[in-house]
Amino acid sequence: MGVTLSEAAAKHVANFLAKRGKGIGIRLGVKTSGCSGMAYKLEFADVAEPEDMVFESHGLKVLVDPKSLPYIDGTELDYAKEGLNEGFKFNNPNVKDQCGCGESFNV
Amino acid sequence: MALLQLSEPGQSAAPHEHRLAVGIDLGTTNSLVATVRSGMAVVLNDELGRPLLPSVVRYGAGGRVEVGHDAQAHQSADPRNTIVSVKRFMGRGLKDIAHIESMPYDFVEAAGMIKLKTAQGIKSPVEVSADILKALCERAEASLGGQLTGAVITVPAYFDDAQRQATKDAARLAGLNVLRLLNEPTAAAIAYGLDNASEGIYAVYDLGGGTFDISILKLAKGVFQVLSTGGDSALGGDDFDHRIFCWVIERAKLSPLSHEDARLLQMRAREAKEFLTLNGEAPITAKLSTGEFVDLRLTSETFTEITRTLVQKTLGPTRKALRDAGLRPEDVKGVVMVGGATRMPQIQNAVENFFGQEPLNNLDPDKVVALGAATQANLLAGNRAAGDDWLLLDVIPLSLGIETMGGLVEKIIPRNSTIPVARAQEFTTFKDGQTAMALHVAQGERELVSDCRSLARFELRGIPPMVAGAARIRVTFQVDADGLLSVTAREQTTGHEAHIEVKPSYGLSDDEIAAMLKDGYTHASEDAFRRALREAQVEAQRLVEAVQSALKEDAHLLSTLERTHIDGCLTKLQTVLLGDDRRAIDAAMDALSKGTAEFAARRMNQSVQRALAGKKVDDVTL
Repeated sequence: MGVTLSEAAAKHVANFLAKRGKGIGIRLGVKTSGCSGMAYKLEFADVAEPEDMVFESHGLKVLVDPKSLPYIDGTELDYAKEGLNEGFKFNNPNVKDQCGCGESFNV
Repeated sequence: MALLQLSEPGQSAAPHEHRLAVGIDLGTTNSLVATVRSGMAVVLNDELGRPLLPSVVRYGAGGRVEVGHDAQAHQSADPRNTIVSVKRFMGRGLKDIAHIESMPYDFVEAAGMIKLKTAQGIKSPVEVSADILKALCERAEASLGGQLTGAVITVPAYFDDAQRQATKDAARLAGLNVLRLLNEPTAAAIAYGLDNASEGIYAVYDLGGGTFDISILKLAKGVFQVLSTGGDSALGGDDFDHRIFCWVIERAKLSPLSHEDARLLQMRAREAKEFLTLNGEAPITAKLSTGEFVDLRLTSETFTEITRTLVQKTLGPTRKALRDAGLRPEDVKGVVMVGGATRMPQIQNAVENFFGQEPLNNLDPDKVVALGAATQANLLAGNRAAGDDWLLLDVIPLSLGIETMGGLVEKIIPRNSTIPVARAQEFTTFKDGQTAMALHVAQGERELVSDCRSLARFELRGIPPMVAGAARIRVTFQVDADGLLSVTAREQTTGHEAHIEVKPSYGLSDDEIAAMLKDGYTHASEDAFRRALREAQVEAQRLVEAVQSALKEDAHLLSTLERTHIDGCLTKLQTVLLGDDRRAIDAAMDALSKGTAEFAARRMNQSVQRALAGKKVDDVTL
């Protein structure tokens, strides 16, 4: 299993990393907050921690800390456009239910 | 599910707590809105992918408000209800606006600011700007998928208090929370990341459609400071179009043009100008309603030739801004280009030659201000990464001061001071027993208050009665980060205080500011003379009053002869003090001082005797 990027997501991540000028990849994770249990973390990564799980997708490094992995294992990160809005989307098979907006979720 | 953006390490926002902030370039011709997405400033496009929103609002008869491209389409059919370039009216009175007779609007003079009569009633420039801001805000909320936390709105560096306040009012009316107003050149410098660059002097050369602005910025310890500004409010890309237009008429030997033909040729001229940015030669062809054909080729050499004077016209204010900052072109470390007109190769070359270096031009000059504003908005909204903590400083365009005796202006904050700034100065009473003081706040470079612009008047009451010169009144001028002035006067012993927020009824045009500055220079020697005269008059008046009050109390100390002499001197001084002969005033003051020297000595002795009478030497401590 692990975590993967869709082609669109990979393209945007590569682009953002290039514009930012530094960073070894991105970090995905969860934190316990929000209206429905868990919330996603989506950040640039500058350093890999020793315990990090590192996945490669479309040539990009995706870091996940071991505590977060069970909640997002199997997730594909996608990039989507909805009207004028655009951004990243977690396609997470572990989610049982989520709050109305989908910003937080339960497994 | 919600769409997420990449955050800086450790900066992931909690759900529903994304602080969405935008930067808005509220321009004269076009407006833009930008935001920071996944760490990158981007301009937000509309549904059709267009980044620019024409700053045009139409209040049609049907009760619909159209903004942007829709409104622009009606500009020629419905000029009266289609408001363009409303930024020129912000915070202005009727007499502030140039060429008002050539504008198609029904102006209504109102207290403070002009208003426009439209098919939907009377609209103030603030309401019109608010409608533009609303359109940008809707676009941003649709693009970001949520409510905006706040916005940074850019204004020209020379905007005065009234114009800045009007801009803030427009934002409030549009339901936007203004995080701060930011000067356009500063925003451009931020967009280029100069805040992370090495310390030094940077110039921002902004040639828009109808205005030219030059700003000299200084970056020190991560802090931006606007050292000086200059420009020409009637010079822009449109003038370059016009030169081509005139060249076409001359070359094609055209008879007088109809309105439509003129418009067509102007459009062709503009296209030719844009074509020449990347090509050496531009074709200009048009078929006029008279049946005449225009078929010309404009080379970039000819274009450069016919616009040489326009390019030169931008370098004058540039030199002056540098001089104001006390700098030479070689002191400038980088030059930022802003405004679509800076794409023209002859402008790039002229700027490169002037500063002896290639200007920064890898960002879209139309978008650079909005991008910088977005970066700043992102920080102010609290989405900052570690180490991103800079403060921006701007300048005040004209000195701020207070009227003192004799109609003179005491400058409290000199022009080009960086804001936010607070300066205080102590003043005192002029007459014995004076219990109130009128404060008159003035703006300008001249020495006499009558030559400066009056901003506000207020009174400080409740000063305890004291002899003249004993009271201590501390006057504090404070200009906040948005350039708005507040003045406080405080009597130091009692703590009595009076305060005023200066929101001038209407503003000054940058032409007027330029004229006031020039006046300050050309009248410098005359002003110095008048200042000296007024000072002498005030001093003489003070002496007259002092002697009169002394005579009233202690006339018995004088012989008749002495009294006659002093009265003579006094009358003489009272006569010459009304004239404008400073030497005569000085001489008469001298005579009166000498004539009363003995009198003063006797009064002193008398009061010492009174104080010591009946006391032992041991009781007297010095």
